[in-house]
Formats: sequence, C-alpha cells, structure tokens
Amino acid sequence: MCANAEEMAQFQKEISISEFFEKNRHLLGYDNKIKALLTIVKEAVDNALDACEEARILPDIYLQIKQVDEEKYEIIIQDNGPGIVEKQIPKIFGKLLYGSKFHRHRQSRGQQGIGISGVVLYAQLTTGMPTVIESAIGDGNIHNYKLRIEVGRNEPKIVEKSTNPETEGWRGTRLRFVVEAVYREHKQSVLEYLRQTAIANPFANITFDSPNGRNEFKRGIDFLPKEPKAIQPHLEGVEIGILSRMAHQTVARTVENFFIEDFTRVGKVTAGDICSKAGVDPKTKPKSLTHEDFEKLIKAIKKVKLINPPMDCLSPLGTEAVISGLKKELDPIWVDAVVRSPSVYRGWPFQIEVGIAYGGSVKESKVMRLANRVPLLYMAGDCAITKSVNQIDWKNYKLSSKDLSEDPISIFVHMVSVWVPFTSESKEAVASYPEIIKEIKLALQECARKLGLFLSGQIKAREVHERKKTLEKYVDDIATALSNLSGEERAKIEKAMMEMIKWRWGDIDEQRDGKEPKEDG
Amino acid sequence: MSKEMEKNLRKMAKEIVEQIYAKKNPSIELPVRTLSNVYFDEDEKLIKMGDRTSSRTYMNMSHTKKFMQTILVANECKKIIDQGVTTSVRDLYYALKHTIKGTHENTFDEQSESDPIIEDLEATLNTLREELNLKTDRKGYLAGGIMINDSGDLINCRKMGSSGWAIPSNVEPEVINFEDVSADYVLVIEKDAVWQRLNEDKFWRDHNCIIITGKGQAARGTRRLINRLNTEQKLPVYVIADADPWGYYIYSVIKQGSINLSFLSDRLGTPGAKFLGLTTQDLTEFDIPRTVSIKLTKEDQKRINELMKYVWFKPKEWQKELEHMLKSDFKLELEALSAKGIKYISKEYLPKKIEEKKFLP
Repeated sequence: MCANAEEMAQFQKEISISEFFEKNRHLLGYDNKIKALLTIVKEAVDNALDACEEARILPDIYLQIKQVDEEKYEIIIQDNGPGIVEKQIPKIFGKLLYGSKFHRHRQSRGQQGIGISGVVLYAQLTTGMPTVIESAIGDGNIHNYKLRIEVGRNEPKIVEKSTNPETEGWRGTRLRFVVEAVYREHKQSVLEYLRQTAIANPFANITFDSPNGRNEFKRGIDFLPKEPKAIQPHLEGVEIGILSRMAHQTVARTVENFFIEDFTRVGKVTAGDICSKAGVDPKTKPKSLTHEDFEKLIKAIKKVKLINPPMDCLSPLGTEAVISGLKKELDPIWVDAVVRSPSVYRGWPFQIEVGIAYGGSVKESKVMRLANRVPLLYMAGDCAITKSVNQIDWKNYKLSSKDLSEDPISIFVHMVSVWVPFTSESKEAVASYPEIIKEIKLALQECARKLGLFLSGQIKAREVHERKKTLEKYVDDIATALSNLSGEERAKIEKAMMEMIKWRWGDIDEQRDGKEPKEDG
Repeated sequence: MSKEMEKNLRKMAKEIVEQIYAKKNPSIELPVRTLSNVYFDEDEKLIKMGDRTSSRTYMNMSHTKKFMQTILVANECKKIIDQGVTTSVRDLYYALKHTIKGTHENTFDEQSESDPIIEDLEATLNTLREELNLKTDRKGYLAGGIMINDSGDLINCRKMGSSGWAIPSNVEPEVINFEDVSADYVLVIEKDAVWQRLNEDKFWRDHNCIIITGKGQAARGTRRLINRLNTEQKLPVYVIADADPWGYYIYSVIKQGSINLSFLSDRLGTPGAKFLGLTTQDLTEFDIPRTVSIKLTKEDQKRINELMKYVWFKPKEWQKELEHMLKSDFKLELEALSAKGIKYISKEYLPKKIEEKKFLP
C-alpha cells in the first residue's frame, strides 16, 4: 500500500545545515583524513590572515600540529589579530553559515562563512572533543571558551567558559582542535600550503611546529597590500533570484533608487533606461514587484550599456611583494613578476598577477595557483590557471621543453577578485571564463618574455665560455710542439696564444658579471 | 732527404708562430683531398690533385682539435727524423695519444684520426710518409721470376714456398732494387685466396710471370712496387678482380691512382695496367653456370652508377660492361670459376684471356 501525503509528511522536515555537513563533508574539503587536516589548517590560517589584514596588522601566525594518537592530532593556531568580541565567539565558532563575509562584496580569503565552524563540527564528529577558543581584544582580559555545535539546531553549545586577566600584552585569537587526521608532507600537504601562503603573503611571519620539527617562513616585506574596498554588486550577470531577494531586503523606496543605491555604477540615466525598457514604472515600490516584473527587468538589464565596476575593490600584491615572496621561499637565480590591469568577467572585477622563479634552488617545474592570496592545491586539471599555462609553448621563451617538463621553473599565478568563480564548493579550481584565461595568458607571456631574454643571454654567455675553454685547453700541448718544431721559446708561444684567445673572445667572465640582469624589471 | 724534411717542418712551424705573435688566427694551408679537387689527366691517364687548398685554423671551432692534432703529428715526425729511426703509423698514434691536461679528453681517440693527418702533411709538404720515416703494415705478397735486393739482402722470389714475399711499405730505390728479372709480365690478383691457388699451381713458373696480391684494396707499398715493375722493368701489368663495382674500383686505383692520395698518383698509379677479368660478360663466353652468380644489392647498383660517372671509367668498353652488369643484375666472385674445376682458373681461363688479349682498358 502506498503512503499517503500525510504519512509522508511525518518524515519531511527541515534539514539543518549541520546535518547537511555531516552527510556531505566531501563537498567541503573533508573527503579523507589527509585532506581534512589541510582543510582545517587552511580555514584557520585564512581567517587569521584576513583578520590581521583587516585590522592593518602585520600577521604573526603560529601553528602547531601534534600527534596525540594514531590518526589523532591536536592543532593549535594563534594569531596577533584584533581578537573577537566575547559575545560573538559562540556564533562564529558554533553556528554554520554565520559570518560577515557572505553578504558583502569585498576581496577576502573566505567567502561562504562555513569554514571555521566546519572545523569545530569536524572535530566533534571525529573525536568528540570540543574546540577551545581564546581571544584577547586588548582590554586586559582573555576570554576562554570551550564549545561544540548542536547539530540538530545549528546552534552553539558552550561547554565551559572563563575570563582570565591578560598579562603578556598579547592580542589575538588562539584555537585548539583535536581531530582525526593523517599528517603527510607531499605536494598537496600542509607544508606546501604554508610555503605557498608564505609566498603569496610575504608580509606575514609564519611559524609551524610540525610532527617532524619546526619550519619558519619569515616575513619578506613589512607593509600590507592596500586595503580593498567593499563594493555593491554589479548589474552585469545578476540573476533573477538574487535580484528579487535584494529587492525585498532593500531600504530603497523606488525601483529607480533600488538600482542606484544597491548596485555599483548605476546612475539615474541607467536606472531610468532599464525601467523604461522593461515597461516598469520607476516609482514602483521594490517590494511590490511581481515575478513578471523581475523577468522584464533582467531582460532590460541585458540591453542596457553598463559602466564597468570600480577597480579600487581589488588589492593585488604588486610586483615587489610577489618578487619578495618568491625570492625568500624559493631562492632562485632569476625572478620577476607582472601585474596586469584589472579586468571584468560577468560584471565582477578581477586582476591577474604572475611571478616566475627560475633556477637556483628551484629544481623542477611547478605551477602555484592562488586566489585572493590562498593557495589552491587540488583539482589542478580543472583550473583556468593550469589550462592557461598549458596553452603556452614555453620553447618560444628559450625554455628547454614545450610543457616545462624539463625546466627548473616555478610559476606563480594569482587571481584577485571580489568574487572568484570556483568550479566547486571546496574552492580548489578557478572556473575557465574566457576573459580570465585571456588575462592569465597575457600575464604569463609578458613575464616569460623577460625570462626568455635572461635565458638567451645566459645561453650565449655559456657558449662563449665553452668556446674559450676549448681554445685554451689545447694551448699547453700546441705550445710544447710548436716550440720543439720552430725552436722558439715555449713560454713565449704559450703567453702569445693566451693573449690571442683573450683578444678574440674578450674576458668572458668579467663580461658576465657585468651583465647580470636586474631582478626588478 | 731528412734534412730537407726537417727544414720544411720548421718552416711550417715558424709561420704559425709568427701568426700567433701577430695575434692572427693561426692557420695551415692544406690541399683539398676530395673528389671536388681531383681531375683526370688525359695525357698521363692518372688522377691528379687540383690546386685548391683549404685553411685549417685554430679559432674555427670545427678545426680547433684537428689543428692541435696536426701540430702534434708534425712534431712527432720531427722527433722521429731527429732520432734517425723509422716507426709505424700505429706507433705514432700511440706516441701521441694522451689525456689533455685538466680534461678527460684524449689528443687522439682512434688511429683513424691520426692517419688522415699524416696524409694531410704528406700532401702539404709534397712528400711521402716514408720520407717522414713512417711506415705502414705490410699487406701485399709477391712470387715469381724476380730477384729482390732489399738493403743488400737478396731474395729469390722463385723460392718463397707457399707464403710469398711480403711487400714492405717502403719500396723506394734506397731500399728495394730489382735483379735477375726473368718474368714476362705481372699478374695482380685482388684476392689472397686466389693468389694462393695460383701460387700452389706454380702458375708464375708455367707462364713465366710475377703474381702479386694486394689482399683487397692494395696498400701504397704494393701499388708503388707495381708501378716500378711497369715503368723500370717495362713489364706489362694485368689485373684480375671480382666482377663487381668494388673489384673494378680496386683495379682503377692500381691503374689511375686514388682520389684520397691523388698527389701521389705519378708514383702509385700504373696507367699501362690492363683488366683481364672477371667480367659479367665472361659468364656466357666461358659458360659459367648461372647458379654461381650473385644478385646485385642496392649498394652495388648505386656504386655502379657512381663508377659510370667517373671520367676514368668513360671508355666505351667499361661503360658497356657496367651497363651489362646493371641490366643482367648479377655479379661474380673470382672463386666462381671453381665451379668449372679447382684448376680451371690457372689452366683454362687465364691462359685463354692472355693469349687472346681479351682485356678491358
């Protein structure tokens, strides 16, 4: 017998986001125990860096990973950020999808607000241990919380809390998780993530006590990139659902003002133009717009010429910082960087910067992909950055292989945007919009041209050096033989031959030192 | 003679040293020893060297090592002359082979690197290696109606048993002279095995001649000896070789000289030499069974076409034979005559050829 609707309704209920997480942890970067550890560190470090930057503090981050049992680790992370106001602590850490980042349009590391509370939930799901949070905001106190998440209600549950006097002049946040995980040091590891983070955030000091010993990533520059401005959404690419939600939440009293106030770069003329093309009265109250009205408005938006969004919402690292990061972590013999001008995809501003480190301690080829200063370690094949690198024939730039397989080169590609388009929720790969690929390729080519100039100079110098060496190595034998044949003095012949070679080829080694290319282009 | 040689070597070295003092790129002028710089002298019927030279310079990276090697070989020749000894080209190679200071590179890796340099020096100093006190391995053998005076030792070539007299590399009149020559002609045989057959059959006694083998491509001493027997003793020279392009070329080197040593053709070539056989046309004439013939390979065909273009193969008899070989698509080895009986070559084939004067020019 079939169940009727009422019987079925007994089983239908709202699923809390916490329950969703529990069942779909792979979507959020917790697919396996190795990756889980990386995801945890990533969430914590990203938050710490974001907090410091927003408070305009040069970040000092301490991370410790300690094995407490087989497949069980204690993770401690501490920053010198602004700290968290006491009453916010339970919600930030004990409620999923709570945060300040989702509803504003500003370049930042995290975007969804599921991150750090996800770690709390993962800890309690795998080891049952609550998370410890300590925060000092500089008011003389340290607030100490021990909490977990009530999964059914998606609400924090405080296990213990206390307030103690702060005595060491510390301000910031310190977290402690105990999780089930596996620590490894391979190419998609915590260590590699921190190294790339150190390159992309050369203004940060990162100390990492791993199960295998201490790693220090020292600060390379002592200034922060300029602060990105938050912007309103841009009309291009806006979808009907977002438009209607925004219309219901707006404080504007007319459709016209709604467009002008809630979107970037919309003036009276554009707003009026949209309304007239849609056949909607500009004085209509936004809340009373019907579904048909929204459909007409979306169609009208596509017909109107829109002004590009402002670019001051972007904060690239800049050539100096990229070069500094690559130099301090990779110790190459050649390094340079290129920062492109901002561009736009689907109404969102974005900017590409590229750095290349060649030779020296760089022994093989590697592509480092970063979005808003966060390294992307997984799903390289799906990423617009990987695709762009692969589309370039590197032989054109004097490298020894078309696909870089035989070259000692590290390529750093950084995309900054208010909204980085990822291919999935776990934020591992940048989606392949043609505008994005085009910008990445242009930046790569410009930087590769500089490398090509350096390499062709090197090749030439090496060739000349080889020639001179070939000529010089026979001098000894020839001088002896010619002296015996002609009766001339051996030493005189030898000296004359060396002079002749030098006169013809110059003193190559002196020339080479003089021509050492400058690193800052 | 060696005083002269020493003077020439010193002069060459002095010029190079002067160039070095003047910061000029030191260079050695060498005659070009390739097909592009030889011509066929129609009057003398010899391959002669043209007058094109090329410079071997130190600063040209593709010459640098060869330049060094040339100087070392020249110096070693001077040392040998100074000491008044003779040595072999192989000894010279070993005397010069050493690791260059501060490298893992050898002055010479193979004897095939030093040998052509000796030839370069011969050509540029217009001399024989023997005058540089260098000799090569003996390769040719002789037996027959002649007495040889080798530096005072008398050698009767009628009494050499089964082995024959080994022809030395230096057969110049200072060393080798002829006495008591009874032979009427010289028969040169490409292959040692066939020479041994004829020696065993005492062919030279029955037909009153001298038999010589060069064991393949004849060495310089052998070619020089043939030249002297022809020019000094006025003995006609006949050659037998395989009926294939390689056998024919061996004949042509004995007759006209070689491209590589074209500067020595007047001493090494014997323009009066005649080719007795084998030819592919002999197959029908002597009723040789077709089964002993061998099909031409691609290389054979290519080489035949090359031969047909050489001026010295232009006589119509040769063009006809080469065309016949190409058309009938087979070659013959000297040993193929054994199909008609072991002694067929000495008892039937050669006597008939010589009697009927069936030669190719």
